[in-house]
Parts: sequence; structure tokens; C-alpha cells
Amino acid sequence: MDSSVAAPPVEVHDLTVAYHHRPALWDIDLAFPAGKLIAIVGPNGAGKSTLIKAIMGLTPLASGYVRIFGQPPERARNAAAYVPQRESVDWDFPTNALDVVLMGRYGQLPLFARPRRRDREIAMQCLEKVGMADYARRQISQLSGGQQQRVFLARALAQQTRLYLMDEPFAGVDAATEQAIVTLLRDLRGQGCTVIVVHHDLQSVPEYFDWALLLNLRAVAFGPVEEAFSPENLQNAYGGRLNLLSDVHERLRRAEWSSRHGDG
Amino acid sequence: MAMDDVAASWVRFFTFSSVNVAYVAIGCVLLGAAAGMVGCFAFLRKRSLLGDALAHAALPGICVAFLLTGSKDPVVILLGAVASCWIGALTVDWITRCTRCKEDSALGIVLSVFFGVGILLLTHIQHSGNAAQAGLDRFLFGQAAGLVARDVKILAGTAVLLCCVVALLYKEFKVILFDPDFARAAGLPVRRLEIALATVIVLAVGIGLQAVGVVLMAAMLVTPAAAARYWTDRLSAMLALAAVLGGVSGALGAWASYVAARMPTGPWMVVCVTGLFFASFLLAPGRGLAARLLRLRRFRRKTAVENLLRTLYQFGEAGQDWNTPRSLPELLERRGASMRELRRTLARLGRAGLVSEAAPGMFTLTADGAARGARVTRVHRLWEVYLTRKLEIAPDRVHDDAEEIEHVLTPELERRLAETLEYPERDPHGSRIPRAGRISISQGT
Repeated sequence: MDSSVAAPPVEVHDLTVAYHHRPALWDIDLAFPAGKLIAIVGPNGAGKSTLIKAIMGLTPLASGYVRIFGQPPERARNAAAYVPQRESVDWDFPTNALDVVLMGRYGQLPLFARPRRRDREIAMQCLEKVGMADYARRQISQLSGGQQQRVFLARALAQQTRLYLMDEPFAGVDAATEQAIVTLLRDLRGQGCTVIVVHHDLQSVPEYFDWALLLNLRAVAFGPVEEAFSPENLQNAYGGRLNLLSDVHERLRRAEWSSRHGDG
Repeated sequence: MAMDDVAASWVRFFTFSSVNVAYVAIGCVLLGAAAGMVGCFAFLRKRSLLGDALAHAALPGICVAFLLTGSKDPVVILLGAVASCWIGALTVDWITRCTRCKEDSALGIVLSVFFGVGILLLTHIQHSGNAAQAGLDRFLFGQAAGLVARDVKILAGTAVLLCCVVALLYKEFKVILFDPDFARAAGLPVRRLEIALATVIVLAVGIGLQAVGVVLMAAMLVTPAAAARYWTDRLSAMLALAAVLGGVSGALGAWASYVAARMPTGPWMVVCVTGLFFASFLLAPGRGLAARLLRLRRFRRKTAVENLLRTLYQFGEAGQDWNTPRSLPELLERRGASMRELRRTLARLGRAGLVSEAAPGMFTLTADGAARGARVTRVHRLWEVYLTRKLEIAPDRVHDDAEEIEHVLTPELERRLAETLEYPERDPHGSRIPRAGRISISQGT
């Protein structure tokens, strides 16, 4: 019964995800270690965001399964905090920074219940941790890109979990925000949390992260940065050797479509 | 005479001189308010067209309900309309998921096909010789005058129900509108909440059909929300304001149909709500057109004022003498503005105590004016240094950009700029950069 204590934060077993018969992730089989800062890197279209979404249970799986602390994602909702890409929402939405952070508390509140004072205090503390306390009442469209990203991080912090999955938190942010995020990640690691980050800047990987996953549809390399982040592995991940695979699947997709419509 | 009539009808209408008038007025206000509030969700979801498709999709349901029961009882009609709306919504969902059509095409298809079938059924009913059918065509454009006690009770009941649902699920609706992926990841039952939200919208459409009609109901959903968005940045305030705007349009529409009994109510309400929308678009503080133009004008004035101060400052730089008055032609030559503009700017500077007219047509900077002029010059030159050093832009290309930037840089940015550049002495053209804080120009007597 007590298996969940020893279970790794995230296990991914034989995971395959496909969009319209085009593979986005191919037979991923990994166990993410606890208490580490882990970068997911890979070229465009490598399936980095898809992997995060699959782990969070936000995308249908073609095969395989995911376990979060030994539980299926839909039963581990309060165990993992998700930071989506900043561009995924409309920042012109009529709300302020504090309200967005407060949304991080909703998962722990019962249906119909209003956030309590305690929730507001937690939200405020989280804004402070990302250096945004002065902007609590600011309409979110008036924040800069970096500030919006920090609000998103504060919202994840407000969930108070041991596992964080972040989709490109460093994309398009100013230097101050980048520093704030790095400090935050180290704090979280200091508290024993596990943080999985989709990252696009290869140069900073060894500096910011402990572990790295090199992804290009399949897991090219996974391990401590000093091992996984070798020139050879990078060449493998970024070398575009999967052209053949995509071509084959493109043909498969067309064939399926044309046979369904009877004009093949 | 005509004015008296209008005034009298106002009084008769708004004092509820007859019980029927009261029903009509209350019914229209309630439905306007309910639709306005609920419409905010459709609007923020960027699904405004869904409301239109759903309203049109209600028509076949109304006709089928009548064909099956032979009655025009509001409950029967509402149930028929709601069922038909739901089928429409599910069809949109199915088309987007299972065919190559995108959502806009799916909405278009559902809207026109359902409405077409509805018209077909309506025509069939009208030619069937059934005496009870009279008035069924009101559901096209709405006829508030036909509202009776029972209609209003049902309308009020539904409106109260909608308010309760929105109040209870406020935080859930907010998060699924803003960030549905996050809501799912945080463990909220997003699918069920979306069904609840769709039901709320369908019910709001349903209660409006009798007074507004299927053709125009969408406007009562979307327009109050769009108008309210101009006034506020808070969702709760937006819901309340949209409800008020919808309610006011409802009252005005009901009054119009009371005065001109054969007028359909729906178009009147839509005209009123559109008027309110335009008023918001023009007058709202912050986001409204008037406020934006005002800000633009203020910025243009500030630009003209600061440019002239900089010109006057630069005149004085050569001999470190800011006391010699400058004539209009001299200034005109440097500034490239029209004489009228120049005079107006000088007058403004004079009123602000930044420039004084030493002799008729001769102008000199006051101490304050010189300080402001030095500051603008400083920012201008700092920015030129920044562009040439950090962005490696040729010195002869940086002036125009600095001309714009000098008016928007805050003292904080100015400080950081100077720090980054390590307090340069001279700009790329060799001119000395005035120092910050220590700008005091001795004023001769």
C-alpha cells in the first residue's frame, strides 16, 4: 500500500502520442528522479510540450501509461503543478495578477467554494516569491512578458506541490525574470521538489539543470547533465535523422485519409 | 403635442399603469439582464457566434414542440427550444471533431440548416389551418407585448436560476475561460463545467426567444458584454455591468413596443443595446475612443513642448548663455513646425512658466524651462549613445529615433540608461551630454 512513498515523481511507460496519425512521441520509457531540476530539450516539433501534456493527462495517449508518484495523472491532480506556455492564454482577460495566482488554489477548494483568506495569503506570498507583490492588483494585460511568466509561476507555487512541470518558462523573458526563475528553481530543489522544464536555450542547460532529457520524438538521451548532454547525443537529437520516419508516417496518414474517403 | 404623447407614454409605461405593462417591462428587463450576464462568458470564450447558431437552432425545436403538443405554453416552448439548441451545440461539436471543417464552418452550417428546417416547419404549421398557431411567428423577431403573467414567472424563475448557477460556479467558469488546460491539470471537472456553461447559455437564449426572437437573440448575448468590457478590467464588474446594460436595453425595447404596438420588440432592443455599445466604444475612460484620442493629443502637445525646450536649450549651449532671447524666425528655422503651431506651443510654455517673452516676439528660457530643456537634451543624447554603442547603428541614423524616445523615457529608465553606458560625456555627434540632477543654469539679470 505504501508503494507511493518510494515511487518516482514521474514514470512514463512505453508512451506513444500521435496527432492525426503523425507521431508526436515515440515509445518513451523513463522514470524522472526526485529532487532534481530536469531540462527537456530538443528541436522544434520534437514533442517537448506534448510530453509535458501527456504527463499531466491533457492529451490522449496512443499507447503506454503515465504514473505520478505511482498514481495515474487523473488521480494525482494535487500532486503536480503545471505551468503552460505563456502564449496559450489570452492576457486581455479581465482579471488581475492576484486573481490568476489564486487560481492555483482552486484545485484544492471544493466546488462552489470561494477562496478564503488563507488562500489569498498563500497567493500573495507566492507573488512575493517571484518578486511581483507590487503588481498584485495590476490588470494582466498591462504586465510585461516576463512579469506574466512570473505570475504563471506564482500560480503553480500556490498549488503547493512537490512536482512542477513547466512549458518554456524562459521563452521571451527579460534578464531579471530569467534570474528570478533560476533562483526559484533552486529554492524548489532545496525543498526537495522535482521540477521538469521544457527548455530551448542549450547553452544554459549545464548551468541551470541537474538532469537533461534530449528528445526528438523518442528519448535520445536521459541522465545527469554531464552524461546526457554530450556533443554526440546533441548531434543525435538535433541531427534530423528522423526525416525518414516522418516521411513514412506522412505517407501512412495520406493513405488512411484517401482510403477513408474512397478516392485512393 | 407629439412630445407630450411620448412623455405621457413614458409615464404610463414606467408607472406600470396596467398590469400587462408591468409584465412586459419586468420580463424584458429580466431577460436583457440574464442574457447580458451570461453573454459575457460566450464573449470571453471567443465563441460569440455560438450564441447566434444556438438561437437560430432553437426554431425547429419550438415548431416541433408545438406540433407534438398543440400548445404554446411557455414551458413546452422553452423545453423544445432548449432541446433543439442542445442538438445544435452537439452537432457543432461533432462536425469540428469528426470532419475537416473548422469551428466557424460548423457554426455556419448548423445555424443555416437548423434555421432553414425551422422555417420549413413554421410554414407547414401556418398552412395547417390550426387556429392555435396564430402568433407562433413571433418567435422570429420577438413580441414582448404578448408576454403574460405565466411567461414572466417562468422567465423570472429561469433568470434567478441562471444567476444562482453563475454565482455558485463563478470561480470555476472563470478558470475554464481563462486557461482550460490549467483547470484540467489542477483537477477541476472541466468537461462537466463546460456542459454547465453551455446549458447556462442555452437557457439564456431560451428565455429570450419570445420577446427578442431567434434571429436577433445573439445580439442580446454578445453586445452588452462587448460594451461592458470597455468600462472595466474585472470579470465580476463586467458581469454586473453587462446585466445592467442588457436590462436597460430590455426596458427601452419594451417601451418602444408599448408605444408602437405592432413593432417587433427584438429589433428595438438590439438597436438600444447597440446604441449603448457605441456610447461605450466612444466614451469609456481608458479604452474608449475619446479617451484614446485625448491621450494621443496630450502626448503630441508634450512632444511639441519638449522639442521646443530642447531647441531653446541648444541655442544657449554654444556660448553657455541661456539668457539671450530668440526670435520667432530663428526658432522656426530649427523646429520645422508651422508658425501657428509654434506660437501656440510658446503660449503654452509661457503659461507653464518655462519660457518668458523678453520683448515682443523674443523668447527666453526661465530657470525651470532650462532645466527641462537640459533633461530632454540629456535623454535624447543618451539614447543616441545607446543606439550607436549597443546596437551599432550609424551615428547619422540615430537622431530620428531619439526624437521619439526622449518623450517617453521615465527618470528610472534614464538612470539605468546612464548606468549601462557608464555615464558618457558626449553624444555620437560630439555634443556634451548635460548632467542629471545638477542642471542649474545661472540666470543673469
